[in-house]
Amino acid sequence: MLADMARGFLDEKAPVTHLRKLRDAGRTHDADLWAEMAGMGWAGILIPEDLGGSDMGHAAAGVLATEMGKTLAASPFLSTAVIAATTLRQVADERANAALKGIAEGARTYALAIDEGPKFAPDDTALEARAEGNGFRLTGRKTFVVDGGFADRLLVLAKTEDGLTLFDLPADREGITRDTRAMIDSRDAARIDFADVEATGEDVLGQVDDAMTVLRPALEAGQAALAAEMSGLAAGAFGMTVGYLKERKQFGMLIGQFQALQHRAADLWCQTEVTASAIAHAGRMLDEDAENATLAVSLAKARATETAKQAVIESVQMHGGIGMTDDFDMGFYMKRARVGAEWLGDYGYHAEKVAALRGF
Amino acid sequence: MGNEAEDMTAFRSDLRAWIEANCPEEMRDGGGGEDGKTCWGGRNWVFESDAQKDWLDRCAGKGLTVPTWPKEYGGAGFTRSQEKVWLSELARIDARLPLQSFGIWMLGPALLHFGTHEQKSFFLPPIARGEIRWCQGYSEPGAGSDLASVQTKCEDKGDHYLVNGQKIWTSYADKADAIFALVRTDRDVPKHKGITFLLIDMETPGVSTRPIRLISGVSPFCETFFDGVEAPKSWGEGISSVVGEVNRGWDVAKYLLTHERTMISGMGSGLGGARPLGAVLNEDMGGTMDATTRAAAMKAEIDSLSVALTLERYKDKAEAGQGVGDASAMLKYVGTELNKDRHELMMSAGGSDALEWEGAHGSRPADWLRTKANSIEGGTSEVMLGIVARRVLGLPN
Repeated sequence: MLADMARGFLDEKAPVTHLRKLRDAGRTHDADLWAEMAGMGWAGILIPEDLGGSDMGHAAAGVLATEMGKTLAASPFLSTAVIAATTLRQVADERANAALKGIAEGARTYALAIDEGPKFAPDDTALEARAEGNGFRLTGRKTFVVDGGFADRLLVLAKTEDGLTLFDLPADREGITRDTRAMIDSRDAARIDFADVEATGEDVLGQVDDAMTVLRPALEAGQAALAAEMSGLAAGAFGMTVGYLKERKQFGMLIGQFQALQHRAADLWCQTEVTASAIAHAGRMLDEDAENATLAVSLAKARATETAKQAVIESVQMHGGIGMTDDFDMGFYMKRARVGAEWLGDYGYHAEKVAALRGF
Repeated sequence: MGNEAEDMTAFRSDLRAWIEANCPEEMRDGGGGEDGKTCWGGRNWVFESDAQKDWLDRCAGKGLTVPTWPKEYGGAGFTRSQEKVWLSELARIDARLPLQSFGIWMLGPALLHFGTHEQKSFFLPPIARGEIRWCQGYSEPGAGSDLASVQTKCEDKGDHYLVNGQKIWTSYADKADAIFALVRTDRDVPKHKGITFLLIDMETPGVSTRPIRLISGVSPFCETFFDGVEAPKSWGEGISSVVGEVNRGWDVAKYLLTHERTMISGMGSGLGGARPLGAVLNEDMGGTMDATTRAAAMKAEIDSLSVALTLERYKDKAEAGQGVGDASAMLKYVGTELNKDRHELMMSAGGSDALEWEGAHGSRPADWLRTKANSIEGGTSEVMLGIVARRVLGLPN
């Protein structure tokens, strides 16, 4: 139901050609599209109904993300509706609730400023929030801040005296400099510089020195939704490829008649199904037993990363030369798969989580 | 919802208490499969211990050898959710299944789907009680992956069928009491349309078997010969020896193949109370797993858990009335290929210790070799991929 509705909307309003148009126009964000998504309840999918949300849960968020992946719909859904909303919901005080209301209305967008090096490693955060008077001064650099080029607000993970602390700051606060980078997937990401940025105790989400209590559930929600998006991406690329195998002729026959290609396509479908199970399981665990969802989430992100990679590599190969051209859409899928692979922890990061939770 | 959940909790605690009270200690060793300690039943079964017999009798008395079968045919009438609870409660204390057999896995489901009431009433309860052991006569020397080419000849002689031919890869035919076999009843029609699903007692004159020794040193499979076998047309008043209709045996065979493939798929998941693969490897290697093995172990672990979830997802779908169907080919392919990978890793971690037939790692080398058959029996991986390509993806022939 939700999937059918989402597919109808995305096919019409955000097909791959939409991303292409944004790219060709030098843009990374379509505010009108996001406003329409918010109007359908997508921005508030994880927000309580009394704050204007639709509160449908993580499994449903995964369904939406999957559909968005199929058409590579560019939106702040993951950063804002999943990661920021889940964080703020953990906090749930008056200010956080006001922020949640803003998200549900589509009036407020967020970006998570967490990475500092080329790999996801929140434990190694070095950006410093030095205590000063009743507040803090933030100094350091963040990189790969997805949606950081246009977001209204930033969730900033910083090192404090005895741990990590999460700040919720307006993106235009004095001392913050945003450098939007041209990314391979034509989506938004920024390097952000913090030069002695002033923050008060009210800007802190959760407790000082204890960011992870509020952030961990949000990271896991984001990882699961990203995995879902990547499975949709794999399905989108795969669908185009199976279609091509049924119409492209070489050597006087349909290339889909060649057993070498049949078996590779079949293997890819099998892998897609296995990954879909891991993703559905992650959504279910986040909804039913969020405290113990880490293993399920890391399984989903690890599998989705591998399957999306296999899907785009095979898809370009099976399309032959046309798959390498910019005129053809497959390149967009390949580039997004690479970005998704890195965001919120790569295969190795999540494989280590699985190993630790399975006792080795 | 609330009531359902409460009912399930009560159901679970009742089962737990019953298992605790009735499962003998010796049956709580986490084993199963082909290790010989789980009861297969049959006319000639010799119980290894009182515990094995007690566990079987107690479970059979409550329909728990075949929990999802209807009560009138020897089952407990469990839903799939209730069956999951039963299995998870067994796994909780590493209890063995009380009984395993091809009657439970294969013939039972075929009869429940295609059999008459008379056939079900006659054949199913003895299977549930472990009183008869069935084997499966499918493959022939000339019909392996191309199963529909079976040539074992079956002629209608009025009061009996005359059967001549040979089967191969008949699991435990030498220990079985009866065989469900695919036989050719019509040679003048397309090959799928002249096959019949026939039930033959192994004690019928002219039936003989010869075990096939495998590379693993064991002989779970046999050749089975039918030499002028006069098979009765019925097993008693109104109890036909044919399941389904004459010449429509392929429908039954296809239905059973999806069962078989789903079952073989589950062998590789390594879940259900089993220790994580990585932990086993780590211990074998003295706690110093090298980086290459560790990376492979992580991948195997991720894939194992995900494949197990996939098996569950498809079984749940089947309960909701959507058959597993052609997707069983996917389950078999991913499950068996993964199982081979897991056993390669275990052999590697065991090093030279795992090269001895009776060494520190017990049956590990034999198990490793046995897994090589998983991606062949019940349809090879290549046949599975072909099924997915053509029937699921609709790729052209």
